[in-house]
This record gives sequence, C-alpha cells and structure tokens, in this order.
Amino acid sequence: MTLLAFLILSLLALVSACVVVVHRNPVVAALALAFNLVSIAGFYFLLEAQFIALLQVIVYAGAIMVLILFVIMLLNLKQELRGQPSGFVARVLGPLLGILFAALLARAFLGVRGAFPPHEPGYGTVEAVGRELYTRFYYPFEVVSLLLVAAMVGAVLLAKRRI
Amino acid sequence: MDPRAVLLVSAVLFTLGVMGVLLRRSAITILMCVELMLNAANLAFIAFARQWNQAEGQVYVFFVITLAAAEAAVGLAIVIALFRLKETTDVDEIHLLRW
Repeated sequence: MTLLAFLILSLLALVSACVVVVHRNPVVAALALAFNLVSIAGFYFLLEAQFIALLQVIVYAGAIMVLILFVIMLLNLKQELRGQPSGFVARVLGPLLGILFAALLARAFLGVRGAFPPHEPGYGTVEAVGRELYTRFYYPFEVVSLLLVAAMVGAVLLAKRRI
Repeated sequence: MDPRAVLLVSAVLFTLGVMGVLLRRSAITILMCVELMLNAANLAFIAFARQWNQAEGQVYVFFVITLAAAEAAVGLAIVIALFRLKETTDVDEIHLLRW
C-alpha cells in the first residue's frame, strides 16, 4: 500500500516538475508547480510529517502559488510564449549535463545505509515540531520573523512606482 | 519504502529545477524552478528526519518554507519593477549590470 502510494506520488511529482521546466505558457507551468507541491505534501504524509505536510499545502500551494499566479496574470506575458531555449547549448549540452548532475547526486544518495525505523507515536505532530521550534530553535525562529519583515518592506519598496 | 528511493526522487526533482534555471529565459519561470529546487531539498530533509527519528529536520523544513515565501515576495517584486522598466521578463534582455 505504502509502496503503491509512493510510486504514484513519484510519478505525479516528476511529471509535473517536467511540465514546469518545459511548458511555454507560464500559467500552465505555475499550475503544474502547484500540483507538484501538493504531491510533495503527499510524500511528507507518507514520511510521517503531518504538520509539515499541512504547512506545505497552506503556505506553499496556497499563498506562494497565488502570489506567483497573480504576478503572471498582472504582467501580460503573452509575448513570452516564444521564449524557448534554442541552439547547441540548450538543446544538447544542457540535458547531457543535467543527466550527469543527476547521476552524481544519485550516486551520493545511494551511499546512504539503513531503512526507515518503525514509526514512533507522536513523531511529526504539531507538538513534537513545536517543542523543538520553541526550545532549541528559539533564536532562529525569532530571526526568521525579522527576515519576513525585511522581505515585506523590500517587496513594497521594490514594487512601488516612485521611491 | 527505502530512504534511497525518496532521496532519488529528490535528486531528480533538484536536477529538473537546475535545468529549468539554466535553460529557461522567463524570470518568473526561473523563480518557479528555484521553488522546485527548494522543495527537492525539503524532501531530502524530511526523509533524513524520518530515518533518524528527529524532529530537527522538520524544523529546518519549516525555516526553508518561510525563506521560500520571503524569496518569492522579493523576487516577484523585482520582476514587476523590471517589467515596468523594460516591458519584458526575458533574462537575456535584462543586462543593466553587465559591463
């Protein structure tokens, strides 16, 4: 059962990622990315990380994707439809180097030993993640709030018509 | 389910993201491919967290998601500012800082 779910999720994630990279229309690419994010949330469920899976759906597939789609539709990107890679580097060398890169990464990952241990009760719940977040990672957590404020101010300043 | 299978999926997703960043020309598509790479890294984090039974990896994923939100906001604001200036989001046309 888990294996079947894993295979279906990997197929969905890989196909939607290919659509994001290859498709000419940015709206279709954005929707494929949303699909990809939701299938990765499925992976998180399989790996017993329920809280992070919900966070992924709400923050990533919800908020960030809406932001990207909003900008795509705000800027009328019709003329970008022709922008497709061409030439020797993009057509031949790029995919070859990509396969080489994937092989290197896979070689590093295949050296990992061991299997997933039996699932412990309480692992991956809001309680477990929250306890870690508010004790050991308290200062990083506060710094992240500073990062969000800086990003918000920066985004408003950059998108303003006159500074 | 093997940890290596999950890590393999993560490696392929990361590679697809790298290819998109290198080969595509539209700035928004490049931003989306960066999101793809961040997600591949998150998947590896979650897989290792599960393998060692540690909530730490999940906390890091939490931080990466926050970072991705900040990155998307600032990146899209830059794209909007550039579009206002040059009427394009093609990164080949944008070479203000190139000597």
